[in-house]
Amino acid sequence: MATLKINGEDRTYEAPDDTPLLWVIREELKLTGTKFGCGVGLCGACVVHVDGKRAFSCQTQVSNVAGKEVTTIEGLSPDSSHPVQKAWLAERVPQCGYCQSGQIMSAADLLKRNPHPTRAEILAQMSGHICRCGTYPRILRAIERAAREA
Amino acid sequence: MNQMACPKTGFSRRGFMIGIAGLTFAVAVGRERFGHAATEAPDVSGMPFNPWVSIAANGEISIIAPATEMGQGSLTSLPLILAEELDADWSKVIIVPAPAIDKIYGNPGFGGVMHTASSAAVTGFFTVLRTFGAQVRAVLLDNVAQRWNVPLAELATEPSVVVHAKSGRRIGYGEIVTFAEIPAVAPEIKPEALKKTSEFRLIGHDVMRVELPTKVNGSATYAIDVQVPGMIYGAVLRSPVEGGAPDKIDDDAAKAVDGVIDVVRLPYGVGVLAQTPWAAFDAKSALESAVTWQRSGKAWGFDSENGIDAFAADARNLDMPTTVGWFKQGDAAAALAKATTLIEAEYRCRYAYHAQMEPLNAVAAVSPAGDSAEVWCGTQYPTAALAAAARALNIAAERVKINHTLLGGGFGRRGDYDQEFVVDAVLMSKSAQRPVKVMWTREDDVHNGHFRPITAHYLRAGLDASGKLIAYHQRVVGDRVLPFEDPPRFHGNTDRDYLLMNGVELKSYDIPNQYGGQIPRDTGVRTCPLRGIGFTANKFVVEAFIDEVALKREVDPAQFRMQLLKYSPRGQRVLQRVAEMADWSRKRDNTALGCAFIDYNDTLISGVAEVSVDHSTGQIKVQNFWCVVDCGIAVQPDNVVAQFEGGIVYGLGLALTEEISIRDGAVQQNNFYDYRVMRMNDLPEIHVEVIPTDNHPTGVGQMPVPIVAPAVNNAVARLTGVRLRESPMTQERVKKALG
Repeated sequence: MATLKINGEDRTYEAPDDTPLLWVIREELKLTGTKFGCGVGLCGACVVHVDGKRAFSCQTQVSNVAGKEVTTIEGLSPDSSHPVQKAWLAERVPQCGYCQSGQIMSAADLLKRNPHPTRAEILAQMSGHICRCGTYPRILRAIERAAREA
Repeated sequence: MNQMACPKTGFSRRGFMIGIAGLTFAVAVGRERFGHAATEAPDVSGMPFNPWVSIAANGEISIIAPATEMGQGSLTSLPLILAEELDADWSKVIIVPAPAIDKIYGNPGFGGVMHTASSAAVTGFFTVLRTFGAQVRAVLLDNVAQRWNVPLAELATEPSVVVHAKSGRRIGYGEIVTFAEIPAVAPEIKPEALKKTSEFRLIGHDVMRVELPTKVNGSATYAIDVQVPGMIYGAVLRSPVEGGAPDKIDDDAAKAVDGVIDVVRLPYGVGVLAQTPWAAFDAKSALESAVTWQRSGKAWGFDSENGIDAFAADARNLDMPTTVGWFKQGDAAAALAKATTLIEAEYRCRYAYHAQMEPLNAVAAVSPAGDSAEVWCGTQYPTAALAAAARALNIAAERVKINHTLLGGGFGRRGDYDQEFVVDAVLMSKSAQRPVKVMWTREDDVHNGHFRPITAHYLRAGLDASGKLIAYHQRVVGDRVLPFEDPPRFHGNTDRDYLLMNGVELKSYDIPNQYGGQIPRDTGVRTCPLRGIGFTANKFVVEAFIDEVALKREVDPAQFRMQLLKYSPRGQRVLQRVAEMADWSRKRDNTALGCAFIDYNDTLISGVAEVSVDHSTGQIKVQNFWCVVDCGIAVQPDNVVAQFEGGIVYGLGLALTEEISIRDGAVQQNNFYDYRVMRMNDLPEIHVEVIPTDNHPTGVGQMPVPIVAPAVNNAVARLTGVRLRESPMTQERVKKALG
């Protein structure tokens, strides 16, 4: 039994140290907004924040976040009021929606570090993600809107 | 944009039961075969059941959504159509996903089955849902007329309110149901009694898609998110070839993985049961070198490189007859024989993978006796999922309950009849005697993909002395799709494989003599409809060929198409508009434009690509893509634009980078590092315009995909003078072609 600080709460889990954080979050802690897409860090569906910076949770061993703060989509805001979430709805970004938690977490990470990113900086951050529905044009518009309206 | 309030989504039975406390419409609303729907509907919970609409005394209106939601918006669009004619207050609407019952909720425009596919939901359901809504409204009006003793003609409706203007009286739908009586026979609604387009309050006005708020905060539930008490995890190593079976299984290493409960021999693979998903995946990896396969099944030995060479040889061998006629108009052979100019061409298209973001998975809870099951899955075909579970367990369909969830992408992959991801879950749960969630890894999803088939095409065109295109002939050699995708439907279809052949016909073009024929092949490779189906390959080929003909005639390719579209004013309009948007006649430095036109199940689309080509790397860079669509009445216009943006992205991937290859029957790719899909930094600027018309709405979701490859191909040809003859147009192929 070990402890993890996630979305401001201390939670205990049983998974072995080398388990990817993703599976602990999803199956043990039952925070299923963080998604499994590729398992190799190439699609971004699993992105969370660790100590305020984005991390691919499928590539992060759970033991490596001991003593750190993990934030998932469920903890980004209590009521979908984060500027990125608001912009996502205003631009009607999601289609199937499966990749969007990861996309939103990456966008939030970018805007926190860089409140007014250039288009090139947005592409550099977001091209680590795959959206198979092809919502990229709206993701781009939503990030630009969030930067404008935050 | 006109934003409207967002109704609650009733994904639970509770929403449904609120409805039946009030007025219900378990009546034969217009379709005779639904006459006894309410009593015939199986009911797993022991509660009574109502087919389409129920209105509660508090004014809440529950409307059934008969299509599954995979990002295309049908969960909103279909109930919205019914709500329009019911004159419902949209903010009071609760949407309830339909249970898996074909005879009530099957799409009348798609063979009467609950199969969300072919972009057929809105077009297939449009008229029946409007009629249902109008019938309910008529019953409400009739009850009020009797209650108030006023002529029916003096009553009107506003959203969820019946109004008597003369006396100023108003009564809400919720209040009406406290006294209303439902007639034994549903009122007849004549088509002319339905609203005119100009009277629509909901259709054509963008409302927030009902599930969208759940997709920005992590609360949207997909099958992979389902957890049930006592559940364990499963992973399955499948035979690399369809029809193969495990021979020797050395499970020592797999069983040694901490957390593994059991290793299970399945008819088509080897399953692992474990306490955690991670243990299940580890153990499955350990099995990969520890299982040998019986080479039963057909595709062993098949190699896609050799295969497509053989297909191409057959395509151009005119001594080999096409075995299945697809489309015939006039007499193409005679016209070709007398043509002054003959033009011929060959093209090839490769296997492609759906790559839906949620890997396939399902949760099943089979009873310890193995005689009943409950399943949670994301499927495009709930009734097939139910049937597949029943077949696998050898139990009656009535003993299976299906809970279908939101889909993390479909694109056709979750619609094949075999629903093998559901079979995995029920067999593993039966073995475990407890609930099991079986998840595929991305590698499983690629290795066991069901693919868009490979095809080889040979085309001929004949021009008369005046230069008019008088004959068109295409021969397609390709893996059949329908026999694997849906065997029952295939057997009713006399071998015509529309999933392979659609798009060969050129219905909008003024070409008097046409013949398209199919030479079907069965390599044994798993095949499937993929967003755009046969149109993607066939329109790539035809629209590139049309440019070849235009070049031969030295006519501007857009002008040439305008002439071909002389009997299609709607077709001319989309082409004209996209040419304006792209400033078609303006010469560019270092880039060139290419255009294409397609008619896809009566949706008319034109696209223009602007490309540059890096000769040293062979990379095609699409700078801009303009696209115009006329899909008739656009039920949710902004969603049409969204689907087109996304479809263009999907089409770019298929056109440029996405390719599956097969060696000895097995898939060679593994994950997103060797199956490359489009990312944000690959994209052009995408410009989409919808031309609204009053025509019956036609499909949207998959329609934009096939417009991309031919427009790009034509642009590359204009820029470089080199015609690329294979899709995808990968860097390697482009480099080779450019020499």
